[in-house]
Amino acid sequence: MAGAKEIRTKIASIKNTQKITSAMEMVAAAKMRKAQDRKEATAPYAAKMKNVISHLSHAHPEYKHSFMVEREVKRVGYIVISSDRGLCGGLNNNLFRQLAKEIKVQQDKGIEVEFCTIGKKALGFFRRYGGKVMAEVTQLGDAPRIEDLIGVVKVMLDAYENGEIDRIYIAYNNFVNTMTQQPTVEQLVPIAGDSEEELKHHWDYIYEPDSKEVLDGLLTRYIESLAYQGVVENGACEQSARMVAMKSASDNAGELIDELQLVYNKARQAAITQEISEIVSGAAAV
Amino acid sequence: MAMTIHVDIVSAEGAIHSGLAEMVYAPAVMGELGIAPRHTPLVTQLKPGEVRVDEGGGKEMQHFFVSGGILEIQPHVITILADTAIRASDLDEAAALEAKRRAEDALAGQQADFEHAKAQAELAEAAAQLRAIDKLRKTHG
Repeated sequence: MAGAKEIRTKIASIKNTQKITSAMEMVAAAKMRKAQDRKEATAPYAAKMKNVISHLSHAHPEYKHSFMVEREVKRVGYIVISSDRGLCGGLNNNLFRQLAKEIKVQQDKGIEVEFCTIGKKALGFFRRYGGKVMAEVTQLGDAPRIEDLIGVVKVMLDAYENGEIDRIYIAYNNFVNTMTQQPTVEQLVPIAGDSEEELKHHWDYIYEPDSKEVLDGLLTRYIESLAYQGVVENGACEQSARMVAMKSASDNAGELIDELQLVYNKARQAAITQEISEIVSGAAAV
Repeated sequence: MAMTIHVDIVSAEGAIHSGLAEMVYAPAVMGELGIAPRHTPLVTQLKPGEVRVDEGGGKEMQHFFVSGGILEIQPHVITILADTAIRASDLDEAAALEAKRRAEDALAGQQADFEHAKAQAELAEAAAQLRAIDKLRKTHG
């Protein structure tokens, strides 16, 4: 009966693991729904804001904010959004791989890169990979707030305004559906304007205090809201990726248990058979 | 029926209000604004305060607190892009410095080592378990 007991404890421990993974799966499923709602809730703000900005830039074609002007690129900044926690499949690694590719392309062109990170995993990645991290924020939790992002975004925007970086990108996971998350790297600043988009009506606004200040405030908030959208989007991705990863972990644990059960039964049967044959041969000898 | 204007109040974290109103009051930086339908187009910054929406028809006035933001008036639509946080340049500056400092601390990397060690220990344990299972499979499979 050697080994049977070991197998039994092994089965028990895998069962425990399975319990944990399936609990995590259920938690992730519940959180995912909330994260998706949150993601949808952010859409109207960005859309309205875009609307106002395109109105303003139409009304004032002569005033170009520096956030809207392309310039020669010598150095670029990336805002990298990741999750705080692991156990969510290849979610973060896929993003980092994509990002590393992009960085390589930039560096081959002789462009320097700098980073701001959101989330623990991104920070850990750059610690290993190397790279200048200008600012970071972690522990945003399940319901991130826009206040938490102000600092990180401002560091980047200041660097942009001072001419230290000439372009800002944002890297995050785009939520396609529960099974698919698309690592995405997008240009954030200068704002890729679809200024050619025809507006049927536009009118001269009265500005209080003045147009420059208003546009300033608007653009900063717009960029923050895009960063926030990235964070919320990434949050939804994290939960769905975790759900899928935990589901497959639970399934694997189930398979493993079945296999071990089989091994255990065989071992038990072998022990019984051996015992019987010993008894029989013992009786025959007598 | 009295004239109405459409009002949208949105924040980055979600839509707050959407509907028709006869009159809207908002705390603009240059003083409180009362906006009636067909107000002239205007864009202004808001300061922290209360936005009141009078829906008319004897309904009670609706109140929303905003921590600042931007107000845009078009002939038939009022859009309020509300902030959810108090904004001021020095506060923003402080947040930026804080974010920078954290990055420096984290890259200097003392406090995170503990977690790293813990994770490694867990990984080693899991690997050992896997090996044990493999062995069992080979001997009994």
